[in-house]
Amino acid sequence: MLRFEDVALRYGAGDEVVSDLNFSIAPQSFQFLTGPSGAGKTTLLRLMLLSLRPTRGTIHIFGQDSATLTRDDVTALRRRIGVVFQDFRLLDHLTTYENVALPLRALGRAESSYRAEVVELLRWVGLGQRMDAIPPVLSGGEKQRAAIARALIVRPELLLADEPTGNVDPGLARRLLRLFVELHRLGTAVVIATHDLQLMEQFGFARRLVVGDGKLAIFEGAPE
Amino acid sequence: MTPTVAEESSAAPIEPAGDRRMPLIPRNTIAGRALIVVVAIMTFLACLTAGSALLVAQASSAWRSDVLSDVTILVKPGPTDDVDRLVDKVVAIAGKSAGTGNVHPYSADDSRKLLRPWLGDRLDLSLLPVPRIIVVHAGSQGDEAVAALRAALAQEAPQADLDDHRVWSSRIGVMAGAVVALAAALFVLVIVAMATAIGFATRGAVAENREIVEVLHFVGASNRFVANEFHSHFQRLGLQGAAIGGGTAIAFFVAAETLSHWSVNSPGGAEIAALFGAFALGPYGYAGLILVAAVVTLLTGLLSRTIVLRHLRVLQ
Ligand SMILES: Nc1ncnc2c1ncn2[C@@H]1O[C@H](COP(=O)(O)OP(=O)(O)OP(=O)(O)O)[C@@H](O)[C@H]1O
Ligand SMILES: [Mg+2]
Repeated sequence: MLRFEDVALRYGAGDEVVSDLNFSIAPQSFQFLTGPSGAGKTTLLRLMLLSLRPTRGTIHIFGQDSATLTRDDVTALRRRIGVVFQDFRLLDHLTTYENVALPLRALGRAESSYRAEVVELLRWVGLGQRMDAIPPVLSGGEKQRAAIARALIVRPELLLADEPTGNVDPGLARRLLRLFVELHRLGTAVVIATHDLQLMEQFGFARRLVVGDGKLAIFEGAPE
Repeated sequence: MTPTVAEESSAAPIEPAGDRRMPLIPRNTIAGRALIVVVAIMTFLACLTAGSALLVAQASSAWRSDVLSDVTILVKPGPTDDVDRLVDKVVAIAGKSAGTGNVHPYSADDSRKLLRPWLGDRLDLSLLPVPRIIVVHAGSQGDEAVAALRAALAQEAPQADLDDHRVWSSRIGVMAGAVVALAAALFVLVIVAMATAIGFATRGAVAENREIVEVLHFVGASNRFVANEFHSHFQRLGLQGAAIGGGTAIAFFVAAETLSHWSVNSPGGAEIAALFGAFALGPYGYAGLILVAAVVTLLTGLLSRTIVLRHLRVLQ
């Protein structure tokens, strides 16, 4: 569903941050994206999200060449992708409930049509009591869960998560990870950027994409 | 999905109450309030120029139709003439002349009453050769009747001067036209200034809310959806500003009208009323002011929407 061919990217006039990227993400697959800080994990996720255009190479996404996409095509593709940003990107003037409902609202749906769904998901990620709180008063872990819920609410075909367990204790991290695994079992391809080795070891079946020195190495996961 | 993470899955359901959809573009920002003030002031000025132009146009057409349907005959007696006899004669001529209607001579007393506000009570007018006025209603075939009357008077009573007010009336017309044109130009300038301010405010708001626009795009919002959000945001600000500005303008004209009614009964008030009319905009005038405010509201929303859409397209 996602294929990189000789992709390279540089920011502005600087050196290439990543280069010679050749890999694909299969439907319903589960992988970690790892590597040292500053290696280019976020950059890679942004390329997958089409928020960065590659300086070289081609990206095929859902069967289309990303270079040929119109604005409306990108909008349509984004609706099939869920993202959890490293810095959450919740809207501070909206409640947790409204933040999580945002992708459905952007589809033009009436509030009554999705309220129950959003409330259920919020309870599922343990934010049932924090629905009316705005992000500035949430703890780091609560913000993280709100960001995850916002990415899951549309049941995306592809989920991109950047350090989704960076702000929570190991116990909650494991529970959140299980949430992603469950989503994966329901049919979503999942890419999780993390440098938490311990966590990755607990999910040994997952494929690992390792970025370092601008290159990518791939390690297939152990069969389940 | 089954609850796997929730620590409080057994907690009582907490339903969000009512339609709690907040606007996606935050309200009550300083920039937003500043725009309300600008739109309010501009709407007030636009309503003021439109209303004043309307008043002038109304007053001028009222003067002209009053004054043109009547002609005035001024009888200036020579030293040897018997004024009353002369007046009677002119009245007779006017009555006979083809096409004239009602002939109303002002008696010496009437003339005195007319002059009193200007000359005061104590002056004995019988000492002055005060000209006498006869007002003749020219009826429907105005021009021909006036020509016939003028010819008859020239022949039979050369002491009588006929004034059909046409010179005066056309001057008033030109003046009123100039005032209306000036008001229209001011109106256009005010609207252009307001549109420019809205343009700046919109671009500012897009820049200020860039983070929100980005997130909306990431969660799959189309440019149209984003533009609609800005549209409703600015339409709301425009509505608030236009309501304040238009409301103030309406209050201003109502107050002017009330004051002018009240001053009719005060010394000198009658003359002011005669000159400027009753300061009454009338129902159509007030409807016009409301229309100006409504147009300002729509303009604010549409202009912002267009600017945002163009901005988003360039951004790609
Ligand atoms: N917008 C940008 N402009 C210029 N350089 C950038 C930009 N974003 C990232 N970089 C650079 O690109 C490199 C990769 O950054 P990136 O954020 O992808 O790393 P990362 O692997 O996500 O790191 P971390 O684990 O700390 O999140 C870094 O050297 C960073 O300084
Ligand atoms: Mg990163």
